[in-house]
Amino acid sequence: MTKSLPINLTLVVLALLCAMLSLGLGPAHLGWGRAFAALIGQGDPIATTIVWQLRLPRSLLALMIGAMLGGAGAALQGYLRNPLADPGVLGTSSTAALGAVFALYYGFAATSPLTLPLFAIVGALVGLIPLLLLAARSEGPLALILAGVAIATAAGAGISLAINFAPNPFAAIEIMTWLMGSLADRSFLHVCLALPCIAIGLGLILLEGRALDALTLGEEGATALGVNLRRTRLSLLIATAIGVGGAVAVSGAIGFVGLVVPHLVRPFTDRRPSSLLIPSALGGAALLAAADALVRSVPTLDEPRLGVVTALIGVPVFLHQLMRARRQW
Amino acid sequence: MVRLDKVSVTLGGRRVVEAVSADLGGGVIGLIGPNGAGKSTLVRAVAGLIPAEGAILIDGASIASMPLRDRARRIAYLPQGQSVHWPLTVARLVALGRLPHLAPFARPGVGDAQAIESALERTALLSLRDRPVDELSGGERARVLLARALAVEAPLLLADEPLAALDPAHQIEVMALLRAEAARGATVIAVLHDLTLAARWCDRLLLIDQGRLVADGKPADVLTANRIGAVYGVSAYIGEAQGEPLIVPLSHH
Repeated sequence: MTKSLPINLTLVVLALLCAMLSLGLGPAHLGWGRAFAALIGQGDPIATTIVWQLRLPRSLLALMIGAMLGGAGAALQGYLRNPLADPGVLGTSSTAALGAVFALYYGFAATSPLTLPLFAIVGALVGLIPLLLLAARSEGPLALILAGVAIATAAGAGISLAINFAPNPFAAIEIMTWLMGSLADRSFLHVCLALPCIAIGLGLILLEGRALDALTLGEEGATALGVNLRRTRLSLLIATAIGVGGAVAVSGAIGFVGLVVPHLVRPFTDRRPSSLLIPSALGGAALLAAADALVRSVPTLDEPRLGVVTALIGVPVFLHQLMRARRQW
Repeated sequence: MVRLDKVSVTLGGRRVVEAVSADLGGGVIGLIGPNGAGKSTLVRAVAGLIPAEGAILIDGASIASMPLRDRARRIAYLPQGQSVHWPLTVARLVALGRLPHLAPFARPGVGDAQAIESALERTALLSLRDRPVDELSGGERARVLLARALAVEAPLLLADEPLAALDPAHQIEVMALLRAEAARGATVIAVLHDLTLAARWCDRLLLIDQGRLVADGKPADVLTANRIGAVYGVSAYIGEAQGEPLIVPLSHH
Protein backbone atom coordinates (compact mmCIF):
# COMPACT_ATOMS: atom_id res chain seq x y z
CA MET A 1 0.00 0.00 0.00
CA THR A 2 2.73 2.43 0.95
CA LYS A 3 4.56 1.59 -2.22
CA SER A 4 1.59 2.08 -4.54
CA LEU A 5 0.63 5.52 -3.23
CA PRO A 6 3.20 7.56 -5.22
CA ILE A 7 2.41 5.78 -8.48
CA ASN A 8 -1.32 6.16 -7.92
CA LEU A 9 -1.01 9.88 -7.22
CA THR A 10 1.25 10.39 -10.23
CA LEU A 11 -1.18 8.56 -12.49
CA VAL A 12 -4.21 10.47 -11.18
CA VAL A 13 -2.44 13.76 -11.90
CA LEU A 14 -1.34 12.51 -15.31
CA ALA A 15 -4.82 11.31 -16.27
CA LEU A 16 -6.47 14.55 -15.18
CA LEU A 17 -3.82 16.58 -16.96
CA CYS A 18 -4.38 14.68 -20.21
CA ALA A 19 -8.14 15.06 -19.87
CA MET A 20 -7.86 18.81 -19.21
CA LEU A 21 -5.49 19.15 -22.12
CA SER A 22 -7.93 17.38 -24.40
CA LEU A 23 -10.73 19.79 -23.42
CA GLY A 24 -8.83 22.60 -25.07
CA LEU A 25 -8.34 20.69 -28.29
CA GLY A 26 -10.71 20.27 -31.20
CA PRO A 27 -11.68 21.51 -34.65
CA ALA A 28 -13.06 24.76 -33.18
CA HIS A 29 -10.18 26.88 -31.93
CA LEU A 30 -11.36 27.95 -28.51
CA GLY A 31 -8.03 28.30 -26.78
CA TRP A 32 -7.40 27.03 -23.24
CA GLY A 33 -8.74 30.13 -21.55
CA ARG A 34 -12.15 30.06 -23.20
CA ALA A 35 -12.42 26.30 -22.82
CA PHE A 36 -11.70 26.36 -19.08
CA ALA A 37 -13.93 29.33 -18.50
CA ALA A 38 -16.71 27.37 -20.20
CA LEU A 39 -15.95 24.32 -18.10
CA ILE A 40 -16.44 26.17 -14.82
CA GLY A 41 -19.56 27.93 -16.12
CA GLN A 42 -17.99 31.33 -16.82
CA GLY A 43 -17.73 31.06 -20.59
CA ASP A 44 -19.59 32.43 -23.56
CA PRO A 45 -22.53 30.37 -24.90
CA ILE A 46 -20.69 28.97 -27.92
CA ALA A 47 -17.71 27.82 -25.92
CA THR A 48 -20.00 26.40 -23.23
CA THR A 49 -21.92 24.36 -25.79
CA ILE A 50 -18.77 23.05 -27.43
CA VAL A 51 -17.06 22.13 -24.17
CA TRP A 52 -20.08 20.67 -22.38
CA GLN A 53 -21.82 18.99 -25.31
CA LEU A 54 -18.89 17.82 -27.38
CA ARG A 55 -15.60 17.81 -25.54
CA LEU A 56 -16.38 16.93 -21.93
CA PRO A 57 -18.34 13.72 -22.65
CA ARG A 58 -15.54 12.63 -24.89
CA SER A 59 -12.86 13.30 -22.28
CA LEU A 60 -14.90 11.52 -19.61
CA LEU A 61 -15.39 8.53 -21.89
CA ALA A 62 -11.66 8.37 -22.59
CA LEU A 63 -10.93 8.29 -18.85
CA MET A 64 -13.63 5.71 -18.07
CA ILE A 65 -12.95 3.39 -20.95
CA GLY A 66 -9.19 3.58 -20.44
CA ALA A 67 -9.67 2.74 -16.76
CA MET A 68 -11.87 -0.23 -17.60
CA LEU A 69 -9.49 -1.61 -20.20
CA GLY A 70 -6.43 -1.15 -17.97
CA GLY A 71 -8.14 -2.64 -14.92
CA ALA A 72 -9.53 -5.60 -16.86
CA GLY A 73 -6.14 -6.29 -18.41
CA ALA A 74 -4.46 -6.33 -14.99
CA ALA A 75 -7.16 -8.55 -13.49
CA LEU A 76 -7.08 -11.05 -16.35
CA GLN A 77 -3.28 -11.22 -16.37
CA GLY A 78 -3.46 -11.97 -12.66
CA TYR A 79 -6.27 -14.48 -12.94
CA LEU A 80 -4.86 -16.33 -15.93
CA ARG A 81 -1.30 -15.86 -14.63
CA ASN A 82 -0.41 -15.00 -18.16
CA PRO A 83 1.32 -11.75 -19.15
CA LEU A 84 -0.23 -11.98 -22.62
CA ALA A 85 -3.79 -11.71 -21.38
CA ASP A 86 -5.77 -8.62 -22.32
CA PRO A 87 -9.44 -7.69 -22.02
CA GLY A 88 -10.12 -9.31 -25.38
CA VAL A 89 -8.77 -12.71 -24.33
CA LEU A 90 -12.18 -14.01 -23.28
CA GLY A 91 -13.73 -13.08 -26.62
CA THR A 92 -16.51 -10.92 -25.19
CA SER A 93 -15.11 -7.73 -26.69
CA SER A 94 -15.25 -9.44 -30.08
CA THR A 95 -18.86 -10.47 -29.61
CA ALA A 96 -19.61 -6.91 -28.49
CA ALA A 97 -18.07 -5.69 -31.74
CA LEU A 98 -20.12 -8.25 -33.64
CA GLY A 99 -23.28 -6.90 -31.99
CA ALA A 100 -22.34 -3.38 -33.09
CA VAL A 101 -21.54 -4.54 -36.62
CA PHE A 102 -24.90 -6.28 -36.73
CA ALA A 103 -26.57 -2.98 -35.88
CA LEU A 104 -24.56 -1.19 -38.57
CA TYR A 105 -25.13 -3.87 -41.20
CA TYR A 106 -28.89 -3.94 -40.87
CA GLY A 107 -29.15 -0.21 -40.53
CA PHE A 108 -30.51 -0.24 -36.97
CA ALA A 109 -27.64 2.01 -35.95
CA ALA A 110 -29.17 4.90 -37.88
CA THR A 111 -32.37 4.88 -35.80
CA SER A 112 -30.88 6.32 -32.62
CA PRO A 113 -27.37 7.04 -31.27
CA LEU A 114 -27.93 4.48 -28.52
CA THR A 115 -28.98 1.56 -30.73
CA LEU A 116 -25.47 0.57 -31.69
CA PRO A 117 -24.03 0.53 -28.15
CA LEU A 118 -27.05 -1.40 -26.89
CA PHE A 119 -26.56 -4.02 -29.60
CA ALA A 120 -22.90 -4.24 -28.62
CA ILE A 121 -23.73 -4.81 -24.95
CA VAL A 122 -26.17 -7.54 -25.93
CA GLY A 123 -23.36 -9.03 -28.06
CA ALA A 124 -21.01 -9.05 -25.05
CA LEU A 125 -23.63 -10.77 -22.90
CA VAL A 126 -24.30 -13.39 -25.58
CA GLY A 127 -20.57 -14.06 -25.74
CA LEU A 128 -20.62 -14.57 -21.98
CA ILE A 129 -23.05 -17.51 -22.19
CA PRO A 130 -20.65 -20.17 -23.51
CA LEU A 131 -17.99 -18.94 -21.07
CA LEU A 132 -20.34 -19.34 -18.12
CA LEU A 133 -21.35 -22.82 -19.23
CA LEU A 134 -17.72 -23.77 -19.48
CA ALA A 135 -16.65 -22.10 -16.24
CA ALA A 136 -19.38 -23.90 -14.33
CA ARG A 137 -17.75 -27.26 -14.94
CA SER A 138 -14.04 -26.73 -15.54
CA GLU A 139 -11.48 -25.63 -12.98
CA GLY A 140 -8.47 -24.39 -14.91
CA PRO A 141 -7.87 -21.14 -16.72
CA LEU A 142 -6.57 -22.79 -19.89
CA ALA A 143 -10.05 -23.94 -20.97
CA LEU A 144 -11.25 -20.35 -20.59
CA ILE A 145 -8.43 -18.99 -22.75
CA LEU A 146 -9.13 -21.57 -25.46
CA ALA A 147 -12.86 -20.89 -25.32
CA GLY A 148 -12.09 -17.16 -25.55
CA VAL A 149 -10.00 -17.76 -28.67
CA ALA A 150 -12.84 -19.80 -30.19
CA ILE A 151 -15.48 -17.19 -29.35
CA ALA A 152 -13.31 -14.34 -30.68
CA THR A 153 -12.65 -16.30 -33.87
CA ALA A 154 -16.35 -16.96 -34.41
CA ALA A 155 -17.19 -13.30 -33.78
CA GLY A 156 -14.36 -12.23 -36.09
CA ALA A 157 -15.76 -14.49 -38.80
CA GLY A 158 -19.18 -12.92 -38.35
CA ILE A 159 -17.68 -9.45 -38.68
CA SER A 160 -15.76 -10.46 -41.82
CA LEU A 161 -18.94 -11.90 -43.24
CA ALA A 162 -20.74 -8.61 -42.69
CA ILE A 163 -17.95 -6.71 -44.47
CA ASN A 164 -17.93 -9.39 -47.16
CA PHE A 165 -21.63 -9.04 -47.89
CA ALA A 166 -21.92 -5.33 -47.21
CA PRO A 167 -24.55 -3.91 -49.60
CA ASN A 168 -22.14 -1.22 -50.83
CA PRO A 169 -18.55 -0.07 -50.24
CA PHE A 170 -19.68 2.74 -47.94
CA ALA A 171 -21.35 0.29 -45.60
CA ALA A 172 -18.17 -1.79 -45.50
CA ILE A 173 -16.10 1.30 -44.75
CA GLU A 174 -18.54 2.37 -42.05
CA ILE A 175 -18.08 -1.00 -40.33
CA MET A 176 -14.33 -0.95 -40.70
CA THR A 177 -13.92 2.57 -39.35
CA TRP A 178 -16.16 1.77 -36.40
CA LEU A 179 -13.99 -1.25 -35.65
CA MET A 180 -10.90 0.96 -35.42
CA GLY A 181 -12.34 2.72 -32.39
CA SER A 182 -13.20 6.35 -31.86
CA LEU A 183 -14.67 8.71 -29.31
CA ALA A 184 -15.70 11.35 -31.82
CA ASP A 185 -19.26 12.72 -31.62
CA ARG A 186 -20.12 10.97 -28.36
CA SER A 187 -22.56 12.63 -25.98
CA PHE A 188 -23.57 12.41 -22.35
CA LEU A 189 -26.03 9.71 -23.45
CA HIS A 190 -23.03 7.52 -24.17
CA VAL A 191 -21.49 8.46 -20.83
CA CYS A 192 -24.71 7.42 -19.08
CA LEU A 193 -24.73 4.13 -20.96
CA ALA A 194 -21.08 3.25 -20.35
CA LEU A 195 -20.78 4.49 -16.77
CA PRO A 196 -22.92 1.83 -15.04
CA CYS A 197 -21.32 -0.96 -17.09
CA ILE A 198 -17.84 0.25 -16.25
CA ALA A 199 -18.69 0.87 -12.59
CA ILE A 200 -19.96 -2.71 -12.28
CA GLY A 201 -16.94 -4.06 -14.16
CA LEU A 202 -14.28 -2.18 -12.19
CA GLY A 203 -16.11 -2.75 -8.91
CA LEU A 204 -16.23 -6.52 -9.38
CA ILE A 205 -12.57 -6.56 -10.38
CA LEU A 206 -11.44 -4.60 -7.32
CA LEU A 207 -13.35 -7.02 -5.06
CA GLU A 208 -11.24 -9.91 -6.34
CA GLY A 209 -7.84 -8.42 -5.47
CA ARG A 210 -7.07 -10.84 -2.68
CA ALA A 211 -8.17 -13.85 -4.67
CA LEU A 212 -5.80 -12.74 -7.44
CA ASP A 213 -2.96 -12.45 -4.91
CA ALA A 214 -3.67 -15.95 -3.63
CA LEU A 215 -3.55 -17.25 -7.22
CA THR A 216 0.16 -16.37 -7.20
CA LEU A 217 0.41 -19.83 -5.59
CA GLY A 218 -1.68 -21.50 -8.29
CA GLU A 219 -5.23 -22.79 -8.20
CA GLU A 220 -4.71 -25.32 -5.42
CA GLY A 221 -2.60 -22.90 -3.43
CA ALA A 222 -5.37 -20.32 -3.64
CA THR A 223 -8.06 -22.84 -2.68
CA ALA A 224 -5.99 -23.93 0.31
CA LEU A 225 -5.91 -20.25 1.33
CA GLY A 226 -9.69 -20.20 1.44
CA VAL A 227 -10.37 -18.61 -1.95
CA ASN A 228 -13.58 -19.67 -3.67
CA LEU A 229 -12.19 -19.94 -7.18
CA ARG A 230 -15.56 -20.60 -8.76
CA ARG A 231 -16.87 -17.30 -7.44
CA THR A 232 -13.71 -15.46 -8.49
CA ARG A 233 -13.94 -16.83 -12.01
CA LEU A 234 -17.61 -15.96 -12.29
CA SER A 235 -17.00 -12.45 -10.99
CA LEU A 236 -14.20 -11.77 -13.43
CA LEU A 237 -16.14 -13.16 -16.38
CA ILE A 238 -19.12 -10.98 -15.62
CA ALA A 239 -16.90 -7.97 -14.92
CA THR A 240 -15.13 -8.38 -18.25
CA ALA A 241 -18.28 -9.00 -20.30
CA ILE A 242 -20.25 -6.11 -18.83
CA GLY A 243 -17.41 -3.63 -18.25
CA VAL A 244 -15.36 -4.20 -21.39
CA GLY A 245 -18.54 -4.87 -23.38
CA GLY A 246 -19.89 -1.49 -22.26
CA ALA A 247 -16.59 0.17 -23.16
CA VAL A 248 -16.38 -1.40 -26.62
CA ALA A 249 -20.03 -0.57 -27.20
CA VAL A 250 -19.30 3.14 -26.88
CA SER A 251 -15.82 3.43 -28.33
CA GLY A 252 -15.35 0.53 -30.72
CA ALA A 253 -12.43 -1.81 -30.39
CA ILE A 254 -9.47 -0.09 -28.73
CA GLY A 255 -6.65 -2.55 -28.62
CA PHE A 256 -3.43 -2.68 -26.69
CA VAL A 257 -4.41 -0.51 -23.68
CA GLY A 258 -5.42 -3.53 -21.62
CA LEU A 259 -2.35 -5.50 -22.58
CA VAL A 260 0.31 -2.83 -22.28
CA VAL A 261 -0.75 -0.72 -19.32
CA PRO A 262 -0.35 -3.46 -16.67
CA HIS A 263 3.17 -4.05 -17.96
CA LEU A 264 3.97 -0.34 -17.88
CA VAL A 265 2.89 0.15 -14.27
CA ARG A 266 3.94 -3.22 -12.83
CA PRO A 267 7.55 -2.14 -12.06
CA PHE A 268 6.16 0.61 -9.81
CA THR A 269 4.12 -1.81 -7.69
CA ASP A 270 5.14 -4.57 -5.30
CA ARG A 271 4.02 -7.00 -8.03
CA ARG A 272 1.10 -8.45 -6.15
CA PRO A 273 -1.74 -8.69 -8.67
CA SER A 274 -3.97 -6.73 -6.29
CA SER A 275 -1.51 -3.85 -6.08
CA LEU A 276 -1.62 -3.60 -9.87
CA LEU A 277 -5.37 -3.13 -10.29
CA ILE A 278 -5.75 0.54 -9.39
CA PRO A 279 -2.52 1.74 -11.05
CA SER A 280 -3.52 -0.12 -14.22
CA ALA A 281 -6.97 1.48 -14.24
CA LEU A 282 -5.43 4.93 -13.69
CA GLY A 283 -2.72 4.28 -16.26
CA GLY A 284 -5.31 3.14 -18.80
CA ALA A 285 -7.29 6.30 -18.18
CA ALA A 286 -4.19 8.45 -18.68
CA LEU A 287 -3.10 6.61 -21.82
CA LEU A 288 -6.49 6.78 -23.48
CA ALA A 289 -6.99 10.44 -22.52
CA ALA A 290 -3.54 11.21 -23.96
CA ALA A 291 -4.28 9.29 -27.14
CA ASP A 292 -7.60 11.06 -27.52
CA ALA A 293 -5.96 14.46 -26.99
CA LEU A 294 -3.48 13.56 -29.72
CA VAL A 295 -6.27 12.44 -32.04
CA ARG A 296 -8.11 15.74 -31.52
CA SER A 297 -5.06 17.87 -32.14
CA VAL A 298 -4.18 16.37 -35.52
CA PRO A 299 -5.24 19.01 -38.07
CA THR A 300 -6.81 16.72 -40.67
CA LEU A 301 -10.37 16.70 -41.92
CA ASP A 302 -11.08 13.17 -40.75
CA GLU A 303 -9.29 12.54 -37.45
CA PRO A 304 -7.13 9.42 -37.03
CA ARG A 305 -8.87 6.55 -35.25
CA LEU A 306 -8.27 6.18 -31.52
CA GLY A 307 -7.52 2.46 -31.64
CA VAL A 308 -4.79 3.15 -34.17
CA VAL A 309 -3.25 5.93 -32.09
CA THR A 310 -3.21 3.93 -28.82
CA ALA A 311 -1.25 1.26 -30.62
CA LEU A 312 1.09 3.85 -32.15
CA ILE A 313 1.80 5.39 -28.72
CA GLY A 314 1.73 2.14 -26.79
CA VAL A 315 3.97 -0.05 -28.90
CA PRO A 316 7.18 2.04 -28.73
CA VAL A 317 6.82 2.59 -24.98
CA PHE A 318 6.13 -1.10 -24.50
CA LEU A 319 9.06 -2.25 -26.62
CA HIS A 320 11.37 0.21 -24.87
CA GLN A 321 10.36 -1.22 -21.53
CA LEU A 322 10.71 -4.82 -22.70
CA MET A 323 14.26 -4.15 -23.80
CA ARG A 324 15.15 -2.39 -20.57
CA ALA A 325 13.48 -4.81 -18.19
CA ARG A 326 15.52 -7.39 -16.37
CA ARG A 327 12.73 -9.92 -16.48
CA GLN A 328 9.66 -10.47 -18.56
CA TRP A 329 7.15 -9.01 -16.13
CA MET B 1 -6.70 -33.71 16.25
CA VAL B 2 -7.36 -35.14 12.80
CA ARG B 3 -9.47 -38.22 12.29
CA LEU B 4 -9.52 -40.10 9.00
CA ASP B 5 -12.38 -42.59 8.84
CA LYS B 6 -12.33 -44.95 5.85
CA VAL B 7 -11.09 -42.22 3.52
CA SER B 8 -11.17 -43.26 -0.14
CA VAL B 9 -10.41 -41.17 -3.22
CA THR B 10 -11.29 -41.99 -6.80
CA LEU B 11 -9.52 -40.00 -9.51
CA GLY B 12 -10.42 -40.46 -13.16
CA GLY B 13 -12.29 -43.68 -12.40
CA ARG B 14 -9.30 -45.17 -10.56
CA ARG B 15 -9.29 -45.88 -6.85
CA VAL B 16 -6.18 -44.02 -5.67
CA VAL B 17 -6.75 -44.08 -1.91
CA GLU B 18 -8.62 -47.01 -0.36
CA ALA B 19 -10.27 -46.88 3.07
CA VAL B 20 -7.52 -45.18 5.08
CA SER B 21 -8.40 -44.77 8.75
CA ALA B 22 -6.17 -43.12 11.35
CA ASP B 23 -6.29 -40.76 14.30
CA LEU B 24 -3.57 -38.16 13.94
CA GLY B 25 -2.92 -35.92 16.90
CA GLY B 26 0.28 -33.99 17.43
CA GLY B 27 3.88 -34.53 16.48
CA VAL B 28 5.50 -35.00 13.10
CA ILE B 29 3.78 -37.75 11.15
CA GLY B 30 5.58 -39.06 8.10
CA LEU B 31 3.59 -40.32 5.14
CA ILE B 32 5.79 -42.77 3.25
CA GLY B 33 5.35 -45.22 0.42
CA PRO B 34 6.42 -45.83 -3.19
CA ASN B 35 5.74 -43.41 -6.04
CA GLY B 36 2.10 -43.53 -7.07
CA ALA B 37 1.01 -45.08 -3.75
CA GLY B 38 -1.51 -42.28 -3.19
CA LYS B 39 0.37 -40.21 -0.59
CA SER B 40 -0.08 -36.85 -2.33
CA THR B 41 -3.70 -37.69 -3.14
CA LEU B 42 -4.39 -38.46 0.51
CA VAL B 43 -2.77 -35.18 1.57
CA ARG B 44 -4.81 -33.22 -1.00
CA ALA B 45 -7.97 -34.92 0.22
CA VAL B 46 -7.14 -33.99 3.82
CA ALA B 47 -6.54 -30.41 2.64
CA GLY B 48 -10.03 -30.50 1.13
CA LEU B 49 -8.74 -29.89 -2.39
CA ILE B 50 -10.27 -33.02 -3.91
CA PRO B 51 -13.48 -34.81 -2.95
CA ALA B 52 -13.12 -37.94 -0.82
CA GLU B 53 -15.43 -40.63 0.45
CA GLY B 54 -15.47 -41.41 4.15
CA ALA B 55 -14.97 -38.77 6.78
CA ILE B 56 -12.11 -36.35 7.42
CA LEU B 57 -12.63 -34.58 10.74
CA ILE B 58 -10.59 -31.84 12.35
CA ASP B 59 -11.41 -31.45 16.04
CA GLY B 60 -14.67 -33.25 15.32
CA ALA B 61 -15.73 -31.01 12.40
CA SER B 62 -15.94 -32.43 8.90
CA ILE B 63 -13.70 -30.57 6.45
CA ALA B 64 -16.18 -31.23 3.63
CA SER B 65 -18.90 -29.10 5.22
CA MET B 66 -16.55 -26.47 6.67
CA PRO B 67 -16.60 -22.97 5.08
CA LEU B 68 -13.54 -22.50 2.88
CA ARG B 69 -12.00 -19.78 5.01
CA ASP B 70 -12.47 -21.73 8.25
CA ARG B 71 -10.77 -24.68 6.66
CA ALA B 72 -7.95 -22.49 5.37
CA ARG B 73 -7.33 -21.21 8.91
CA ARG B 74 -7.11 -24.74 10.27
CA ILE B 75 -5.06 -26.40 7.55
CA ALA B 76 -1.84 -25.04 6.08
CA TYR B 77 -0.90 -26.82 2.87
CA LEU B 78 2.54 -26.81 1.31
CA PRO B 79 2.18 -28.47 -2.10
CA GLN B 80 4.82 -30.44 -3.89
CA GLY B 81 6.79 -28.30 -6.35
CA GLN B 82 4.88 -25.12 -5.47
CA SER B 83 5.13 -22.61 -8.29
CA VAL B 84 5.16 -18.86 -7.67
CA HIS B 85 3.69 -16.98 -10.59
CA TRP B 86 4.80 -13.42 -9.88
CA PRO B 87 8.14 -12.22 -8.51
CA LEU B 88 6.86 -11.02 -5.14
CA THR B 89 9.28 -10.19 -2.37
CA VAL B 90 9.86 -12.80 0.33
CA ALA B 91 7.84 -10.83 2.89
CA ARG B 92 4.92 -10.33 0.49
CA LEU B 93 4.84 -14.00 -0.38
CA VAL B 94 4.93 -15.10 3.26
CA ALA B 95 2.15 -12.59 3.96
CA LEU B 96 -0.14 -14.57 1.63
CA GLY B 97 -0.35 -17.08 4.47
CA ARG B 98 -2.42 -14.54 6.40
CA LEU B 99 -5.17 -14.29 3.76
CA PRO B 100 -7.48 -16.79 5.50
CA HIS B 101 -7.37 -14.64 8.63
CA LEU B 102 -8.26 -11.34 6.98
CA ALA B 103 -11.85 -10.22 7.08
CA PRO B 104 -13.02 -8.91 3.69
CA PHE B 105 -11.53 -5.44 3.08
CA ALA B 106 -9.73 -5.43 6.45
CA ARG B 107 -6.09 -4.45 6.44
CA PRO B 108 -3.62 -6.91 7.98
CA GLY B 109 -3.44 -6.25 11.73
CA VAL B 110 -0.81 -6.50 14.44
CA GLY B 111 -1.44 -10.23 14.84
CA ASP B 112 -0.85 -10.78 11.13
CA ALA B 113 2.38 -8.80 11.17
CA GLN B 114 3.59 -10.80 14.16
CA ALA B 115 2.76 -14.11 12.46
CA ILE B 116 4.68 -13.02 9.36
CA GLU B 117 7.69 -11.85 11.39
CA SER B 118 7.67 -15.04 13.41
CA ALA B 119 7.53 -17.22 10.28
CA LEU B 120 10.38 -15.23 8.71
CA GLU B 121 12.42 -15.50 11.88
CA ARG B 122 11.92 -19.24 12.36
CA THR B 123 12.99 -19.88 8.79
CA ALA B 124 15.95 -17.47 9.08
CA LEU B 125 14.62 -15.31 6.26
CA LEU B 126 14.64 -11.91 7.95
CA SER B 127 17.68 -10.78 5.97
CA LEU B 128 16.06 -11.86 2.68
CA ARG B 129 12.69 -10.27 3.31
CA ASP B 130 12.89 -7.68 0.54
CA ARG B 131 14.40 -9.97 -2.09
CA PRO B 132 12.19 -11.07 -5.01
CA VAL B 133 11.54 -14.81 -4.75
CA ASP B 134 12.65 -15.46 -8.31
CA GLU B 135 16.18 -14.40 -7.39
CA LEU B 136 16.59 -16.94 -4.59
CA SER B 137 18.38 -20.29 -4.63
CA GLY B 138 16.39 -23.52 -4.52
CA GLY B 139 17.04 -23.98 -0.80
CA GLU B 140 16.05 -20.41 0.04
CA ARG B 141 12.90 -20.74 -2.03
CA ALA B 142 11.89 -23.93 -0.24
CA ARG B 143 12.33 -22.09 3.06
CA VAL B 144 10.21 -19.17 1.84
CA LEU B 145 7.40 -21.49 0.76
CA LEU B 146 7.55 -23.25 4.12
CA ALA B 147 7.48 -19.87 5.87
CA ARG B 148 4.38 -19.01 3.84
CA ALA B 149 2.70 -22.17 5.19
CA LEU B 150 3.91 -21.47 8.75
CA ALA B 151 2.47 -17.95 8.62
CA VAL B 152 -1.03 -19.45 8.48
CA GLU B 153 -0.43 -20.62 12.08
CA ALA B 154 -2.83 -23.48 11.46
CA PRO B 155 -3.11 -26.37 13.92
CA LEU B 156 -2.52 -28.77 11.02
CA LEU B 157 0.39 -28.43 8.58
CA LEU B 158 0.40 -30.64 5.49
CA ALA B 159 3.73 -30.69 3.67
CA ASP B 160 3.93 -32.66 0.42
CA GLU B 161 7.54 -33.65 -0.20
CA PRO B 162 9.06 -30.64 1.54
CA LEU B 163 12.53 -32.13 1.06
CA ALA B 164 12.39 -32.63 -2.71
CA ALA B 165 15.39 -31.11 -4.51
CA LEU B 166 17.10 -30.02 -1.29
CA ASP B 167 20.70 -30.78 -0.36
CA PRO B 168 21.39 -32.70 2.89
CA ALA B 169 21.94 -29.57 4.98
CA HIS B 170 18.67 -28.00 3.81
CA GLN B 171 16.85 -31.31 4.30
CA ILE B 172 17.91 -31.39 7.95
CA GLU B 173 17.04 -27.72 8.31
CA VAL B 174 13.50 -28.25 6.99
CA MET B 175 12.92 -31.34 9.14
CA ALA B 176 14.10 -29.39 12.19
CA LEU B 177 11.62 -26.62 11.29
CA LEU B 178 8.79 -29.14 11.01
CA ARG B 179 9.79 -30.58 14.41
CA ALA B 180 9.80 -27.09 15.91
CA GLU B 181 6.33 -26.51 14.50
CA ALA B 182 5.15 -29.76 16.13
CA ALA B 183 6.76 -28.64 19.39
CA ARG B 184 4.59 -25.51 19.23
CA GLY B 185 1.56 -27.77 19.31
CA ALA B 186 0.76 -28.26 15.63
CA THR B 187 0.16 -31.59 13.97
CA VAL B 188 2.56 -31.91 11.03
CA ILE B 189 1.93 -34.43 8.26
CA ALA B 190 4.80 -34.66 5.78
CA VAL B 191 5.12 -36.80 2.68
CA LEU B 192 8.69 -38.10 2.67
CA HIS B 193 10.81 -40.33 0.47
CA ASP B 194 14.07 -40.49 2.41
CA LEU B 195 13.50 -43.34 4.85
CA THR B 196 16.48 -42.47 7.04
CA LEU B 197 15.23 -38.90 7.53
CA ALA B 198 11.68 -40.18 8.05
CA ALA B 199 12.86 -42.67 10.69
CA ARG B 200 14.97 -40.07 12.46
CA TRP B 201 12.65 -37.03 12.50
CA CYS B 202 9.12 -38.44 12.62
CA ASP B 203 7.22 -39.46 15.74
CA ARG B 204 5.06 -41.75 13.72
CA LEU B 205 5.00 -43.14 10.19
CA LEU B 206 2.10 -44.09 7.97
CA LEU B 207 3.17 -46.45 5.21
CA ILE B 208 0.91 -46.35 2.15
CA ASP B 209 1.02 -48.92 -0.62
CA GLN B 210 -1.38 -49.00 -3.58
CA GLY B 211 -3.74 -46.65 -1.82
CA ARG B 212 -3.95 -48.68 1.38
CA LEU B 213 -2.50 -47.96 4.78
CA VAL B 214 -0.29 -50.99 5.32
CA ALA B 215 1.55 -49.95 8.48
CA ASP B 216 1.10 -47.27 11.13
CA GLY B 217 3.27 -46.78 14.15
CA LYS B 218 6.65 -45.77 15.49
CA PRO B 219 9.35 -45.59 12.81
CA ALA B 220 11.29 -48.55 14.19
CA ASP B 221 8.16 -50.71 14.07
CA VAL B 222 7.06 -49.61 10.60
CA LEU B 223 10.41 -49.74 8.84
CA THR B 224 11.36 -53.40 9.01
CA ALA B 225 13.47 -55.06 6.33
CA ASN B 226 10.60 -57.37 5.42
CA ARG B 227 8.11 -54.57 4.99
CA ILE B 228 10.49 -52.40 2.98
CA GLY B 229 11.08 -55.43 0.77
CA ALA B 230 7.37 -56.08 0.32
CA VAL B 231 6.33 -52.48 -0.33
CA TYR B 232 9.27 -50.91 -2.16
CA GLY B 233 10.64 -54.09 -3.72
CA VAL B 234 14.16 -53.45 -2.45
CA SER B 235 16.35 -55.16 0.07
CA ALA B 236 17.54 -52.71 2.69
CA TYR B 237 20.22 -52.42 5.32
CA ILE B 238 18.76 -51.20 8.61
CA GLY B 239 21.25 -50.07 11.20
CA GLU B 240 22.38 -47.19 13.32
CA ALA B 241 24.85 -44.36 12.98
CA GLN B 242 25.79 -42.42 16.10
CA GLY B 243 22.59 -43.55 17.77
CA GLU B 244 20.37 -42.45 14.88
CA PRO B 245 18.49 -44.90 12.62
CA LEU B 246 20.01 -45.59 9.24
CA ILE B 247 18.17 -47.19 6.35
CA VAL B 248 20.01 -47.86 3.12
CA PRO B 249 18.21 -49.44 0.17
CA LEU B 250 20.59 -51.97 -1.34
CA SER B 251 19.17 -53.65 -4.40
CA HIS B 252 16.00 -53.92 -6.37
CA HIS B 253 14.45 -57.35 -6.47
